[in-house]
Amino acid sequence: MIQKFDAIEKEAVAAMEEKQNNDIPQIYVGCATCGNATGAQSVVQTIKNKLDKENVTAEIKEVGCIGMCFAEVLVDVIKPGRPRISYQDVTPEKAEEIIDSYILNDDHRPDLALGFFGEGGPEDIEQIDTGDVFKNQQRVILKNCGVIDPENINEYIARGGYKGLAEALEMKQEEIIGVLKDSGLRGRGGAGFPAGRKWESCLKPQADQKYVICNADEGDPGAFMDRSVLEGDPHSVIEGMIIAGYTIGSSKGYFYVRAEYPLAINRLRKALAQAREKNLLGENILGTGFDFDLEIFQGAGAFVCGESTALVMSIEGNRGWPKPLPRPRTTEQGLWDKPTLLNNVKTFSVVPQILSKGADWFKSIGTEGSPGTAVFALTGTINRSGLIEVPMGIELKKIIYEVGGGILNDRKFKAVQTGGPSGGCLPEDKLHLSVDFDTLVEAGSMMGSGGMVVIDETTCMVDVARYFLDFTFEESCGQCVPCRQGTQQMLEVLNDICEGRGREGDIEHLLELGDSIIKSSICGLGQTAPNPVLSTVQYFRDEYEAHIRDHACPALVCKNLIVFTIDEEKCTACGRCRKACPVEAISGEKKVPHKIDQSKCTKCGICFQECPERFSAVVRLTGKENLAAAARGRLSDV
Amino acid sequence: MTNSIDDIADEARVFFITGSNTTETHPVIGYRIRRAIKNGARLIVADPRRIKIAEHADVFLQLKPGTNAALLQGMAKVILDEKLYDEDFIKNRTEGFEEYAEKISSIDLNEMAEITGVPAELIAEAARLYAGSNPAAILYTMGITQHTSGTDNVLALAGLATLTGNLGKRGGGVNPLRGQNNVQGACDTGALPNVFPGYQPVSSPEANKKFSEAYGAEIPDKPGMPMTRMFKAALEGQIKGVYIMGETPVVSEPDICKITEALGELELVIVQDLFFTETADYADVVLPAASFAEKDGTFVNTERRVQRIRKAVSAPGVAKSDLDIFCELGQKLGLKGFDYSGAAGVMKEIGEMNPKWKGITYERLEAGGLSWPCPDENHPGTPILYGEKFLTASGKAQFKAVDYKPPAEAPDDEYPFILTTGRSLYHYHTGTMTRRSEGLSDLYDVEKALISLEDAERLGLSENDRVRLSSRRGEVEAEVKPVSELKEGTVFMTFHFAETCANQLTNSELDPVASIPELKVCTVNMEKV
Amino acid sequence: MFKVTINGLDIEVEKGTTVFEAAEKAGIYIPTLCHHPDLPTFGGCRVCMVDADGKIVTACRAPVTDGMVVKTDTEEVSKVRLSNVELLLASHNKDCQSCTRNNSCRLQEVSAFVGINQERMRQIRRSVEPVKPDDSNPFFHRDFTRCILCGICIRTCQEINGVAAIDFAFRGFHTKVSVLGDKPIKDSHCESCGECLVRCPTGALYLSRPETPEREVESVCTYCGVGCGIKLGVRGDRVVHVEGNRDNEVNRGDLCVKGRFGFDFINHPERLKTPLIKKDGIFVEASWDEALDFVADKMSDIKSKHGADALGGISSARCSSEETYLFQKIFRALGTNNVDHCARL
Repeated sequence: MIQKFDAIEKEAVAAMEEKQNNDIPQIYVGCATCGNATGAQSVVQTIKNKLDKENVTAEIKEVGCIGMCFAEVLVDVIKPGRPRISYQDVTPEKAEEIIDSYILNDDHRPDLALGFFGEGGPEDIEQIDTGDVFKNQQRVILKNCGVIDPENINEYIARGGYKGLAEALEMKQEEIIGVLKDSGLRGRGGAGFPAGRKWESCLKPQADQKYVICNADEGDPGAFMDRSVLEGDPHSVIEGMIIAGYTIGSSKGYFYVRAEYPLAINRLRKALAQAREKNLLGENILGTGFDFDLEIFQGAGAFVCGESTALVMSIEGNRGWPKPLPRPRTTEQGLWDKPTLLNNVKTFSVVPQILSKGADWFKSIGTEGSPGTAVFALTGTINRSGLIEVPMGIELKKIIYEVGGGILNDRKFKAVQTGGPSGGCLPEDKLHLSVDFDTLVEAGSMMGSGGMVVIDETTCMVDVARYFLDFTFEESCGQCVPCRQGTQQMLEVLNDICEGRGREGDIEHLLELGDSIIKSSICGLGQTAPNPVLSTVQYFRDEYEAHIRDHACPALVCKNLIVFTIDEEKCTACGRCRKACPVEAISGEKKVPHKIDQSKCTKCGICFQECPERFSAVVRLTGKENLAAAARGRLSDV
Repeated sequence: MTNSIDDIADEARVFFITGSNTTETHPVIGYRIRRAIKNGARLIVADPRRIKIAEHADVFLQLKPGTNAALLQGMAKVILDEKLYDEDFIKNRTEGFEEYAEKISSIDLNEMAEITGVPAELIAEAARLYAGSNPAAILYTMGITQHTSGTDNVLALAGLATLTGNLGKRGGGVNPLRGQNNVQGACDTGALPNVFPGYQPVSSPEANKKFSEAYGAEIPDKPGMPMTRMFKAALEGQIKGVYIMGETPVVSEPDICKITEALGELELVIVQDLFFTETADYADVVLPAASFAEKDGTFVNTERRVQRIRKAVSAPGVAKSDLDIFCELGQKLGLKGFDYSGAAGVMKEIGEMNPKWKGITYERLEAGGLSWPCPDENHPGTPILYGEKFLTASGKAQFKAVDYKPPAEAPDDEYPFILTTGRSLYHYHTGTMTRRSEGLSDLYDVEKALISLEDAERLGLSENDRVRLSSRRGEVEAEVKPVSELKEGTVFMTFHFAETCANQLTNSELDPVASIPELKVCTVNMEKV
Repeated sequence: MFKVTINGLDIEVEKGTTVFEAAEKAGIYIPTLCHHPDLPTFGGCRVCMVDADGKIVTACRAPVTDGMVVKTDTEEVSKVRLSNVELLLASHNKDCQSCTRNNSCRLQEVSAFVGINQERMRQIRRSVEPVKPDDSNPFFHRDFTRCILCGICIRTCQEINGVAAIDFAFRGFHTKVSVLGDKPIKDSHCESCGECLVRCPTGALYLSRPETPEREVESVCTYCGVGCGIKLGVRGDRVVHVEGNRDNEVNRGDLCVKGRFGFDFINHPERLKTPLIKKDGIFVEASWDEALDFVADKMSDIKSKHGADALGGISSARCSSEETYLFQKIFRALGTNNVDHCARL
């Protein structure tokens, strides 16, 4: 091991040990974007004030996302000699209570606690790491997220950080590539291209300059994996990039981060400065003579800039447009026409561990074709939304029902959408499928970069397709006709279907369009844009047909296809709906069942929500006949 | 031009553009240069204005107006000092190198920097770039020539090209971009006081004899008066009558007051033009001429390429082509040989009188233009000059070092600014044609004297403010536009607009050899009105 | 040389040739909307797609490989390009009769080739954004409802003229060709050379005062010394149009704003139509005989009184070589070398 690194590591370990041995409580507050959005910063402030007031010394750490976004704000307390107790939904008031009860006294407040980590915790609360949330997870990429202070490089080093780099610097470039190839690591950006092969093809060309780029332009709706890694464990990505620079012979790298990620950018900046200070980055790294530095490039947030050639164009100061085929490979002629290695945040982040723990360790996780873990941003109508990391090959069912805790309000599962706007929706009979790069593609969806949205029975699948099409329509760069005009055409047709203007032949029109867009678009955005439509037609064609033929939205979502009415027999004339109606469309007096004037109704749905469940007098109807009756003003006849 | 547009645009690795606002005055050559730069060619620009093409320059030298020779010889010194010249070329194809080198080497580069206002290091950088990438093409226009030192400036440019062996080869050369559609042809056909067609000196006994016999006259063997002197001679009573065709001296000539005064003195002024020009007011007879679209003939472009123009429509009213007018007039004057069978017939005679054009006929021109020299009917034309020998007695290029001479006027307390003039993309010369285009006028119709931001601030001037500009010769009122492209103390105006006639101000001092007026430098005062 | 088979025809082409060029050489038409021989390829219209060795590629960009088998009219290829043309038509102004490019429009040509079918078009949702044309430039206007975003104008401005005054702006379906700040084009650094107008495949860029000529006459531009070859478009006895002559070696079709648009002076009402002689300070119309007799008499008179050197001839760099020759001939024949022209100005 490089001597210089030994010293750095020892210093870091000593610093951490000193902290752990000084007998003061440690308080972790989840301060990633998810935590901050729910008020973590005011919780931190309250804790600091309270501790000051009570004259208690404790260490407060602002940590990244541990993945349990459903429970934010999360505050974890480790009292000396005790396990780590996690408190959920913490507000400033609750924070004061926790300090009063648990830090100043010895009441661990089971009523506020989510559980504890490790062993030997109080019996009246759950052990989290063996519970449903974590037992199916395997945290490799996220191992430091929510655990270390991302703004303190020593914590990263003390947990084995930069060891991979130190080892790599003593290896030959080909050896590193050999380990990567052996590990079977596939790029985590979505397409799953073998990383070792990519690095190799970037090592080969001779050039006076080569570049390493980290693609942190995560932009799928509902995806926040990369952001969480950058916020919670920035050094792991930096370390991976330095190793990449050394391997391919590059001295300069870029983070391409969207400007909407200010916290990630801020943490990265601090991390880069610390790494430079420790001689892990910059000139003559660890005295080996290897120079490498990193720069942050803030993207303007165009989804298409996640496409590698568009990303490169964007850094070069051009319009972020993908380059049409045939074009030189980025690994041969990328940024400023120099060989360029471009990988996703998670790919770089896992590289140091592969180097320090070995290819076999990595291969032991996941499946043969897709070794390692998958990180998902699990969202939608699910009980426990959050950031999860599971071994490749896990069944979809397990993710949804065990890690995610099942469907919200015990409603019926309908579909799971993976791969964001490029992916597709899989119905219940596909839940046995295992999660890996290849299986999901076969089923008509894809891994993508890791968004996973759970959809229940109250969601209209045509509307879901429309939602994703609207996204790609807005994000299409406009360069090629099929994507620019085609997504617009598909969106128009979907709008028509959702609004009762669907025509016979529209489904075939959509399928034909989708086929042509996939075949003739320039880049991945267009080539995958029809997927949400094609997969919903494949699995939920009846819903499309109902919309078109019967003007019926079976999920009772599409406004133009539903009417609200009041069941006279159930109505108790409580008046809630009448008072809540914003357009005074509801009439009725005490003891007289209420009525909705269809000519005034804007279908906002407030009456439906207001009517107490025990009455359920406000009902939604759909279908041609109901709509026609409503139009005639004689809905009660139906 | 010593070279053709094609070979320069395709093969020059460096362009040195000086005293030429190429993209505005020769737009289509400007396109080619911008394309060449896109494809990797390098660019040096030397100009008192940060003109548009300077945006693409690797080295931009913003010299003080009228200091060209100092800049160019400063570059030559660097080339000599750093031994960047082409030894083989100098040995085999030139003479007078030692004397030249001795004189240039004694120049103090810092002094040149002082004179030109361009840092010595930048001059050196330009020299290295120009000499370092062969072939390199020099392009210039009136910014080099319209000076009392115009001839010296051209010699200094020629010196650079000779030093670096950039003559007689593709992609190189010294290339004056001719400003008017047929200025080359007018020179070639002898509309000059000192030479007959084909640059045969009037003083040459053989030439004089040939022409005198052919024209049936006794032609003097002394050069006549250049136009710039004719008006002075009119004031002195030596010239009594002038025949002015296709030209508006009361807008285009320097020191207009003198011109109008001279026109008033003349017994006879004949004006022949498309329109009733500003000069026509002073005429005794005005003759309506046909435009280029209404007649057959040839124009010779800046590459010496003779090309056909063809009659497309009839001339208005009874207007006639200049050719028809001259044939009739020649006969009325009782002169010999004015009975041609159209333009082709005249071309036949030109070929007989001018050996360089001998091989150019209308039949051949049907297939495309021909660059002269074209000495016989089978000759393909000569796009690049001096491939084998130069037009000197020995056939070798002659080095000639010049002495820097400052412009005739230098700024002083009374006239603290330097006015320099030029053209705009949207107009042409005196605007006789372009100002009658609604569209061009819509794009640009009011002269805006360009001034530097520094001067604007100091004088409290902002865009559209009016100023009175005055020189020792006259005054003009115009709107101003402060721009960053000018250095403090410099004012720029076009000469397209008779109502804000920059030539009221300009200096008619001449270059002693070429008799070209110093239109590019005169001193003026500027006051807000 | 590479051997390529296109639709069963065997041809040999140089390495580096694109499929499009190879097809052209074989005389096979491949429809395209964004390709222009003067410009680098773009590859955005996706109409030139062909089957090359079983893969669908854009013919304009794909280089041939040795032994490549290209099929330009498979069912798959036809479907894809038909779909892309249909999509373009869906947001294209349908009023072809009032379009200046009616009958010379590339979109019409390509539509006819791919076979637009009214039945299919009925399934397609039309959406033409009613944007007002940009009529700020006096010579050409921009009609966004006819723009197919092929980028030819943009590449022309970048590659031919080098001004780069226009570029794509906004994104996706909202993409448009715009100047900096989406202002009217007159307020940009556009030099109005009209090169974009010439290359626009549809009527998106159109002449503000279009007149179709009846015949064309080859000539040379009368402005600067570059000597660009032009074609004068004549209708009746008027010049109504000027076009760059692509066969001329000097400019190969390129022109500047003056050369292309500055021809108003030819037909201008202020043109001199008759000789004028000043009598008592007033110009009066005269016949050619009167005028030229007057001139000849006066010149002879001066010559006999003061000698030929009392005459001066100011020729012009604007006239033909033949005319300047004759002019100097008159003066020299009269016995003076006092002849010059505006070469120094």
